[in-house]
Amino acid sequence: MSGGHNHPHDHNQPPAPDEERPPLAFEALEVSIRELLIEKGIISADDLRATVEFMDTRGEALGARIVARAWTDPAFKARLLAHGDETVREFGVDMRPTELCVIENTASVHNLVVCTLCSCYPRPILGVPPAWYKRRDYRARAVREPRRVLAEFGTVLPADVEVRVHDSNADLRYLILPRRPDGTEGWSAERLATLVSRDSMVGVAVCRQPGDVGQAAAE
Amino acid sequence: MSARFAKGDPVLVDDRDQPGHVRTPVYVRGKTGTIERIVGAFPNPEKLAYGQSGLPYRYLYRVNFRQTDLWPDYGGKPTDTLEIEIYEHWLSPAPAGAAKGG
Repeated sequence: MSGGHNHPHDHNQPPAPDEERPPLAFEALEVSIRELLIEKGIISADDLRATVEFMDTRGEALGARIVARAWTDPAFKARLLAHGDETVREFGVDMRPTELCVIENTASVHNLVVCTLCSCYPRPILGVPPAWYKRRDYRARAVREPRRVLAEFGTVLPADVEVRVHDSNADLRYLILPRRPDGTEGWSAERLATLVSRDSMVGVAVCRQPGDVGQAAAE
Repeated sequence: MSARFAKGDPVLVDDRDQPGHVRTPVYVRGKTGTIERIVGAFPNPEKLAYGQSGLPYRYLYRVNFRQTDLWPDYGGKPTDTLEIEIYEHWLSPAPAGAAKGG
């Protein structure tokens, strides 16, 4: 074939499909309701776009600031563990209509969050959940064989550390307070926050270590 | 209205089939655990999901289970546990010591 280029393959592959698969019932319902709300002037398309944009701005940075504050302020940490909702309001976070439950990792217990029934996640703090969090295999296996799942995330825990799985199945949303890495004595909260990853706040990983972050972040 | 169970109480999760927006997964039904905390009282999500009020409020607990009580062939460590939120109308008292964990 001569398509103006020269390379060793033919062009017999089927073209990429132009059409998406037919919409599922709930997708059709969502489009119908959305279009009706816009047609009736109850919301605008721009309202909708701005809301999605806002949801996408929430992510690990906010959670990392909360964790770093807890590491550097014992009174804040005590409030965070005892009254999560009220305490994160200091960071402008409104958890309603759910409640926030903050669980602390320790030298003897490592905590892991999953929602086996759907994909409940502390969205006001961590934003949109990662795709794997919503997958059926993560949801089924995190409760059934958490140590194997953790190992697949690169997290291998000592045998004497208890793994405690939290099924986020009803009205609470969970944030894991990871362990503060060694070698960070005297660090500011701002610098500590660079060590806190999304995955460490879901519990599938531990925090980045001081040697893991780039020089720019560490300085 | 007061909570029927207290922290540390051994409880048995009902093993019953119930269609709808049920928040009690099958894998804990018929299993015995220990109350970890009383979360508080909430409208019943099994009703709320269908446009009803969900009233009266129902007590919600966090219940701790030994993983080896949930999965007879659990491959992790015997000290591993799982905690989950269970509504009071799914729980009944279990004999002391029925949950190996706690």
